[in-house]
Amino acid sequence: MAKGDPGASTRGRRAAPRSRKAASGDPELVQLLTPSGERIDSVTGPDGVEYRVDFTDEEYRGLYRDLVLVRKLDAEATALQRQGELGLWASLLGQEAAQVGSGRALRAQDMAFPTYREHGVLYCRGIDPIMPLGLFRGVDQGGWDPNEFKFNMYTIVIGAQTLHATGYAMGVAMDGKTGGEDGEAVIAYFGDGATSQGDVNEAFVWASVFNAPLVFFCQNNQYAISEPLERQTRVPLYRRAAGFGFPGVRVDGNDVLATYAVARHALDNARNGQGPSLIEAYTYRMGAHTTSDDPTRYRIASEVEAWQAKDPIARMKAFLEREKIADSDFFAEVDEQARREAIDLRERVLAMPNPEPVTMFDHVYPNGSPLLDEQRTQFNRYFDSFEGSAH
Amino acid sequence: MATETLTLGKALNIGLRKALENDPKVVIMGEDVGKLGGVFRITDGLQKDFGDQRVIDTPLAESGIIGTAVGLAIRGYRPVCEIQFDGFVYPAYDQIVSQVAKMHYRSGGKLSIPMVIRIPFGGGIGAVEHHSESPEAYFAHTAGLKVVSCANPQDAYVMIQQAIASDDPIVFLEPKRRYWEKGQVDLDAPLAEAYPLHSARVVRPGTDATVLAYGPMVRTCLDAATAAAEDGRDLEVIDLRTLSPLDLGAVYESVRRTGRAVVVHEAPSNVGLGAEIAARITEECFYSLESPVLRVTGFDTPYPAARVEEEYLPDLDRVLDAVDRTFGW
Repeated sequence: MAKGDPGASTRGRRAAPRSRKAASGDPELVQLLTPSGERIDSVTGPDGVEYRVDFTDEEYRGLYRDLVLVRKLDAEATALQRQGELGLWASLLGQEAAQVGSGRALRAQDMAFPTYREHGVLYCRGIDPIMPLGLFRGVDQGGWDPNEFKFNMYTIVIGAQTLHATGYAMGVAMDGKTGGEDGEAVIAYFGDGATSQGDVNEAFVWASVFNAPLVFFCQNNQYAISEPLERQTRVPLYRRAAGFGFPGVRVDGNDVLATYAVARHALDNARNGQGPSLIEAYTYRMGAHTTSDDPTRYRIASEVEAWQAKDPIARMKAFLEREKIADSDFFAEVDEQARREAIDLRERVLAMPNPEPVTMFDHVYPNGSPLLDEQRTQFNRYFDSFEGSAH
Repeated sequence: MATETLTLGKALNIGLRKALENDPKVVIMGEDVGKLGGVFRITDGLQKDFGDQRVIDTPLAESGIIGTAVGLAIRGYRPVCEIQFDGFVYPAYDQIVSQVAKMHYRSGGKLSIPMVIRIPFGGGIGAVEHHSESPEAYFAHTAGLKVVSCANPQDAYVMIQQAIASDDPIVFLEPKRRYWEKGQVDLDAPLAEAYPLHSARVVRPGTDATVLAYGPMVRTCLDAATAAAEDGRDLEVIDLRTLSPLDLGAVYESVRRTGRAVVVHEAPSNVGLGAEIAARITEECFYSLESPVLRVTGFDTPYPAARVEEEYLPDLDRVLDAVDRTFGW
């Protein structure tokens, strides 16, 4: 699934602009692919930047493949929860383009700080999609090394990770790793609800005054569980950046091309030492907040249907078909790969062993604790006192 | 041996300077820690000598201080965060409890957050509200955090360096009313051979009753022991030094000898450190006890107005009163 670095190569470009140069219907929204799959050559965002992408056919197909795979694996995880194999799942349904676009815009040296829903970004980082499932199955609490994968552990507390990303980005600057193509950039993911958190606003202040090489990537999926955007803000979220002193832009989060263009631009600015920026990826959470949620209690079907018409995958498929970049064999092959990867994921989730109870005492402190050791010993003694204990 | 007479505050300052010298990854961050040198001058002169990337004046946001320090730690730095006063730590509480304390655990041991959170704590300086609190129980209750408190200049100098060198996240409580008290400090004492960070220490041997304290109350208890000696009563005083994990081996040994224990802290008694210590002593020394373990603490009120804090805070007389009561049981 991992492919190169889309948009960065200069070989094999499609020769000419394939569609008219146009602004999207919403002057505030950067869009390069309309819901009907019409390609817009370039567009000037509300930040005054002209956005465009220049992909090869192979790269276009690659983005489509990502979108389909990410959706399929997400659906499989939802199914696993429904069958009792996961305790909970936070589906990304509807947000595939926002995640694939920004995830593919990252360069290898960049660092990502996710919430608990960035399964698509994780996939685009080349990380085994099984990795976060331990958390949702309840066999571990995340359990990976952020530095190994350039992808922090999922963060459940809303907005807390934006400060971690800011500090990390300050460290990047202190290490002298900004400036030029090989500079490092950091991306912090969060949602529309998180923009009300103190931590997020503190992160905006810090990133600004320390000129941190950081992209704040807000997936505005319109809901914080049941609360609509109107309960979080009276102004478009991207405009908040101005008050903190850095650029903000709103992008069609269901448009993988525009999201890629906007994210790549912001990341490159950050890596070049030009400081932070805010991207508001305007999208919609098609599913529930998590598998524990029932969205029919707080939103109407017609709203969901309207967003269904803006589906990120359907528009990409329409574009590929119209431009004859992909044929039915390709679409069938992608579907088959998705099916196989989903089965593989399912089989490996079912094979995940439960941890030994005594392991709950592990890794509380890097240097350990005599009192905890004592408690562990007592627990072992108690546990072993049961007849037939296999422990 | 370079032994100097230093205040506790100056000893911390020199300890921080050594830590900055010894490890380029150590950074100090907090409000007013730079040019001003901190409101208590504990970081005095450090920004001038190490630059504003090593000693960082932060925006006024405590959650931001700790949250960004987490990110710096992930990046490989060793942040030493100053919270200006005890009562200002609460905006950072979520980051400390949910993030700092749990990162190592959540990562399955693959990530460490080697952070020190310095907090000047306790009362006795005539301050306005929020400047005299003793929040140690909140942190000692949290798995994943270690909590220590120094009580004299020598310990301040050594313990701050040990805490910074440790990979554990450590809440480092500084007895602010003792910042100006002087003592002998051996500046050349090698850290590796120093008294271990997470160890209690008998600071005054005695035979009749065991008095336990930490931070600002150690001085109070030593004074009480001196006064008791005049009355012919020989108190053993133990400086707990580490509040999480507690190190009670020496305490048990002492109480088995004396049969009496009094725990002293400024923090309120309700669900405080004293309760935990009393429970543990009772479990370990039940047959040696001549009386219940007694607590001398602040009262279960908000920290009161400065003009009555002397009545709120445990003092020599209240300590001796409790000791008397253990003999009257």
